[in-house]
Amino acid sequence: MAGKMKLKNKDSSFWGEVAKEFKKNKGAMIGLVVFSLVIIAAILALFVLDYKTQITKLKLAEALQPASWKHLFGTDQFGRDIFYRILYGAHYSLLIGVCAVTISTVVGSVLGILAGYLGGIIENIIMRIMDILSPIPTVLLAITIAAAFGQSLTSLMIAVGVISVPSFARVARAAVMTVRDQEYIEAAKSQGASELQIIVSHVIPNSLPPIMVQATMRVASAIISASALSFLGLGVPAPNPEWGGMLSEGRNFISTNTNMTFFPGIAIMITVLSVNLIGDGVRDAMDPRLKR
Amino acid sequence: MSETILEVRNLSKFFSTKKGLLHAVDGVSFDLKAGKTLGVVGESGCGKSTLGRTIIRLLEPTAGEVYFEGQDITKLKGKTLINFRKNIQMVFQDPFSSLDPRRTVAQIIAEPIHLHKLAKDKADVERQTLALMDTVGLAHRWHNTYPHQLDGGRRQRIGIARALALQPKMLICDEPVSALDVSIQAQILNLLKELQEERNISYIFITHDLSVIYNFADDIAVMYLGRMVEKAHAEELFRNPVHPYTKALLSAIPVPDINRKRKRIILEGEVVSPVNLPDECRFKKRCNMKCDKCDNGEPTLKEVAPNHFVSCWLND
Amino acid sequence: MDEKLLLDLKDLVVHYVTDSGTVYAVNGISLKLNQRHSVGLVGETGAGKTTTALAILNLVPEPAGVIKNGTIHVDGNNVLTMSEGELQKIRGKDVSMIFQDPMTALNPVFTVGEQIAESIRIHEKVSDKEAMRRAVEMLEIVGISASRANDYPHQLSGGMKQRVVIAIALACHAKLLIADEPTTALDVTIQAQVLELIRSYREKYDTAMILITHDLGIVAETCDEVAVMYAGNIVEYGTLEDVFNRTKHPYTEGLFNSLPNIIERRSKLTPIPGMVPDPTSLPEGCIFADRCSYATDACRRTAQEDKWLSDTHMVRCSRYQEPNFNVKRKIER
Repeated sequence: MAGKMKLKNKDSSFWGEVAKEFKKNKGAMIGLVVFSLVIIAAILALFVLDYKTQITKLKLAEALQPASWKHLFGTDQFGRDIFYRILYGAHYSLLIGVCAVTISTVVGSVLGILAGYLGGIIENIIMRIMDILSPIPTVLLAITIAAAFGQSLTSLMIAVGVISVPSFARVARAAVMTVRDQEYIEAAKSQGASELQIIVSHVIPNSLPPIMVQATMRVASAIISASALSFLGLGVPAPNPEWGGMLSEGRNFISTNTNMTFFPGIAIMITVLSVNLIGDGVRDAMDPRLKR
Repeated sequence: MSETILEVRNLSKFFSTKKGLLHAVDGVSFDLKAGKTLGVVGESGCGKSTLGRTIIRLLEPTAGEVYFEGQDITKLKGKTLINFRKNIQMVFQDPFSSLDPRRTVAQIIAEPIHLHKLAKDKADVERQTLALMDTVGLAHRWHNTYPHQLDGGRRQRIGIARALALQPKMLICDEPVSALDVSIQAQILNLLKELQEERNISYIFITHDLSVIYNFADDIAVMYLGRMVEKAHAEELFRNPVHPYTKALLSAIPVPDINRKRKRIILEGEVVSPVNLPDECRFKKRCNMKCDKCDNGEPTLKEVAPNHFVSCWLND
Repeated sequence: MDEKLLLDLKDLVVHYVTDSGTVYAVNGISLKLNQRHSVGLVGETGAGKTTTALAILNLVPEPAGVIKNGTIHVDGNNVLTMSEGELQKIRGKDVSMIFQDPMTALNPVFTVGEQIAESIRIHEKVSDKEAMRRAVEMLEIVGISASRANDYPHQLSGGMKQRVVIAIALACHAKLLIADEPTTALDVTIQAQVLELIRSYREKYDTAMILITHDLGIVAETCDEVAVMYAGNIVEYGTLEDVFNRTKHPYTEGLFNSLPNIIERRSKLTPIPGMVPDPTSLPEGCIFADRCSYATDACRRTAQEDKWLSDTHMVRCSRYQEPNFNVKRKIER
């Protein structure tokens, strides 16, 4: 390498450089901005809007109105303001996206790391369980969990979370298997570090990048899954304004009041798109680092 | 006369593979005196890296014993083993993969200090780390940088500093300069030599590069397919090589001197893998000096001259 | 013997434009090579050797790499002004390259016989059967038995893979062979086999060769001429005699001094102090001055020029303007 080294301490840490690369990516930054707006909207909605009066109260007199200054996105068949319902519904998608993915990341990664590092019988058992879990369709699992625990936001989170566990386990295991063969792991062993110390200090930090990329991308599919399940009536029950549920209700009015399907659809699309852009940005920012 | 610090007796390491039993290291024995260097040379598949890792118990020996200062270290377990690790440390080949890319230079060097609780407090850790950096010639300003910001030579110095942190009596250097540019190689080799002179550290220096080892080692052992085929003092080995493989190896080294005409011995065939070896001298297939006795199984190491050992039927 | 000038490379300048600055990879080098001769291009990492080799085939990677100046005439034709179609005709046929890492140079999904046959088919109008026949012939020339023609690369050892790479490079009997560190990844006994193979092939087919290496020992055994590169410049050039026995440039001297030597056993090696300069900001004057024990202030300020000390021997060092200057290295015969 060159003689004069550019000395940047904090910036040159792994995360510092990742952040720098991410900022250069215009698409990723747009995604970040839009997603932040969605989050802000969701939080504001929870505090500002009143569930009983603005979100769920039936006002049949104002039913099926098109977009206007009073009702920005119009009203649905029960006279409920679609704009307010969309804002309020944001938090369901975000919660599921974040919580479900957190579940699958933590559970999946732990299993994958153990399988990858310890190998042998443990690896076999874990990966075979993952193999059994993978082909189960999300819908089927959601129905089962809903039947067992009742239909609710929590059940939805668990279902979507569990579905993604195998993919995290695989990604984590692959990452660990690469790290495991690196000489710095041997170096730590030769110094007397225990297996646990090695896993915590060396294996996990170095296996994070692919897991993180997986996580950011899974948020998008979690949101879609949640909406899909609600659309099918298995998710967050009516009258809660979950976007997928709203889509479902709007089906009967699709030719006359397209705003009832259009706006929830757009909301899902924008949110998922922004998350995907962030996910791509994270992956690209981490890529050159992975080659180091 | 220095003491013998390491005695290796019939050390073997076998791996089970799909094709059969791989004899990576097969009955190797040697002694090493304190403050001296044993060079272990050989080509790919000869088992030299496996030998190093088996001695230090990164790999568990299949058979044989290793006596360090009289104590059999192949039997150590648990806390005694961890404690023992302070005595023998390793310098690795690849300056890229031997350092955790997520840790700073200071953190990497300090890790063994933390593991063995060798410092009183944070300031003491800092002090020891900086002292180690001084020892290996790393400027303090690299303290908080990451390995990928530095070149191969500096990274190797980090590896050496880390290995010295526990104040070991012996270092196993596994191809420590093979991945470095020629001018940097010389710097690192000089550093290792200085450290040996100052601290009386013993070295096992593993390399495929005979010219590097000639300058550096006191004794040299030549390995082929898991066995030690010849061992002698460095100058003796180069002046009077006995084993046909050693002769071929020496003649194959390109020498940067156009005024010497050498006859090169070109070996036939490939280096095979030491799996399911037939009961004959394992060098037989490529040997240019075969005799009738060579089918009689594996020859053993015999002393053909003072401190010069060879494993070959021609000299039996 | 009337030897044709095969390669005439003049004033080559190649830069790489990257986010962190322009890398001045090759800064004005000239090289001539006759048929049947071989020149060793010696230097450490970053000296510009591989870039030079790629330039000869006009393969310098496009977005980052820019050939700022120079002409490269191969057998009379300027490679840098040829169309892609014309280039494809000469690559592999008139000029052939052996890349450094045999692991990645071979395609894992084709058999080795196929890969050799393919390079024949690209350049010569022969039937598939004929191409395969010649491919097997090449395998035997490089010392691999014909029965292995249907093996895949992963079934071969490192040494054998490199020999296959060589077979592919030589299949069309190129006039000029560029070998980029062809034996670095190989064991020393295999290296000896491979170098012997290249030597006998060259003798039979009169092939000229540029051998890129950092190993002066290999140069001594296989080349007729030597070009020593440092930071994008050729700092010394000459016959083996010139460069080995009458070394002129301080860097070349430094290289010889830092080599462990199996002829004389010295206990301490003399490395070249300091480090290779940052290729994105090369100094104005002599690029080696920082590490040179003979450097004067004038050296650091003066732009260096090629100085021909004889018909064959060139050195790029301003101190040789002085009448009695010479580096210390002296070889007694």
